Amino acid sequence: MMPPQIDFSNVSKGYGNSGMVLQGLDLKIQKGEFVTLIGPSGCGKSTVLKLIAGLTPPTEGTIKVNGMAPRDARETVSFIFQDATLLPWRPVEQNVGLGLELDGINKAQRREKTEALLRLVGLEKVANFYPRELSGGMKMRVSIARALATSPKLLLMDEPFAALDEMSRDRLNEELLRLKAEQGWTGVFVTHSVEEAVFLSSEIIVLATHPGRIHKVFAIDLPFPRTVTLRETAEFGALVAKVSHILRGAIAQ
Amino acid sequence: MKQRLITVANATAVFAGLLLIWQLVLWVFHVPPYMLPSPVAVSRVAINRSSSLLASLSITALESAGGLIASIIVGVVIALVFAQFRWVRRTLYPYTILLQTVPIVAVAPLILMWIGGGTPAVAFIAFVISLAPIIANTTQGLISVEENLVHLFLMHNASPAQILFKLRLPYAVPSLFVGIRIASGIAVIGAITGELYAGSSRVGAGGLGYSILYASSQLQTDYLFALVAAATVLGFAFFFLVMFFEWYFLHRWHESARAPETA
Repeated sequence: MMPPQIDFSNVSKGYGNSGMVLQGLDLKIQKGEFVTLIGPSGCGKSTVLKLIAGLTPPTEGTIKVNGMAPRDARETVSFIFQDATLLPWRPVEQNVGLGLELDGINKAQRREKTEALLRLVGLEKVANFYPRELSGGMKMRVSIARALATSPKLLLMDEPFAALDEMSRDRLNEELLRLKAEQGWTGVFVTHSVEEAVFLSSEIIVLATHPGRIHKVFAIDLPFPRTVTLRETAEFGALVAKVSHILRGAIAQ
Repeated sequence: MKQRLITVANATAVFAGLLLIWQLVLWVFHVPPYMLPSPVAVSRVAINRSSSLLASLSITALESAGGLIASIIVGVVIALVFAQFRWVRRTLYPYTILLQTVPIVAVAPLILMWIGGGTPAVAFIAFVISLAPIIANTTQGLISVEENLVHLFLMHNASPAQILFKLRLPYAVPSLFVGIRIASGIAVIGAITGELYAGSSRVGAGGLGYSILYASSQLQTDYLFALVAAATVLGFAFFFLVMFFEWYFLHRWHESARAPETA
């Protein structure tokens, strides 16, 4: 078996003197998986993503991403935040090209790549619009396109669709899976929505709180590709019920 | 559009009303013209002496603009240093507040004593007085960038210079304009204050402040009024010029700078 793409061994994280946010986390995520972290507020879901991204160091334990320290692995990692975090003074096209620009890719190559990505997420018509002229769902598409522009091997997503209406969220869920199938990255996703977690994931990690720790790891064996109609099946409903039950268990503790 | 015309009409009516009250006060109380000249007399002297009025106006405009532009350049550079080095900010920020609280009327004679009179000295006073709001607002804008945006840049291993110039600086432009708007008004006040002390090498060749002093000593109250009006117009012009630049640079992307119709 290949070494895991993300490898946490006995990782703890605390901020200042306020006790541990995460304690004794052993977490392995294999290449090509779509793993969702779910749990009550304060269980440290977002902190896990920041640790993987190397945006904050662990207090104890070691983290390896692609066999490297998280900071050294950043080149192949993209982060999608809860807000679209677009630069409002740049038109869509230049927002999508931001990562490439910071990596020193020349203008012609940037243009080629951003055009392809805008087509991929269906935004080619608004390439010259400014963020404030876009809807919430469109902004999030721009954010996704920007994250994918640098051809990541690992995509970290921190509740990216939490602020969207249900229709846009369902559409983007489906699109995200299509993009994953085409490009083959590994996904680590944080959400509050059990339905979203079941729909997207190959594996769900339920976290418990005080301190944040793994409560249960749950494989979702539904076949890919998954489409909207999956949500209407009894099997899907049963899985949502089951994960909700586990989540209640994590909260009750 | 119609709404705006009504606004303009109202403002004009208020102005006309004020002129009328002014004239009425003169008639009713028989005020001598050296105490309070009539609006007609002020307009007449403004036209008759328009060349010297414009000369004074342009000197003060030049001094204020010079001081303001210098304060924008120096203020932004200082703010960039403040944003980049927290310890510098902690150590020196209190002194920028000092810059704001020091009474310019008291310091102007000192500055003139040190660097001599004339246009550069007056511009320097305008610069000193308008520097603080530029530094304060720009620094605030630079350091209040959302944490996630910084994280986004870090994920691409952006250098400190890239974060400063591609993220913090553009992010701070709206705040910079808030600072410039405040500074534009006080730069004019600073220049006029400076001129009160700077004097002039030749009679009639000074800016508005100097001419105000001169007209007052000669009891040319009607011309004094014309000069005060010119000073007010200058402050107004600066403010609107800044508003225009703000709109020009920000209207495409910034929420607060949308077309005035929606305001």
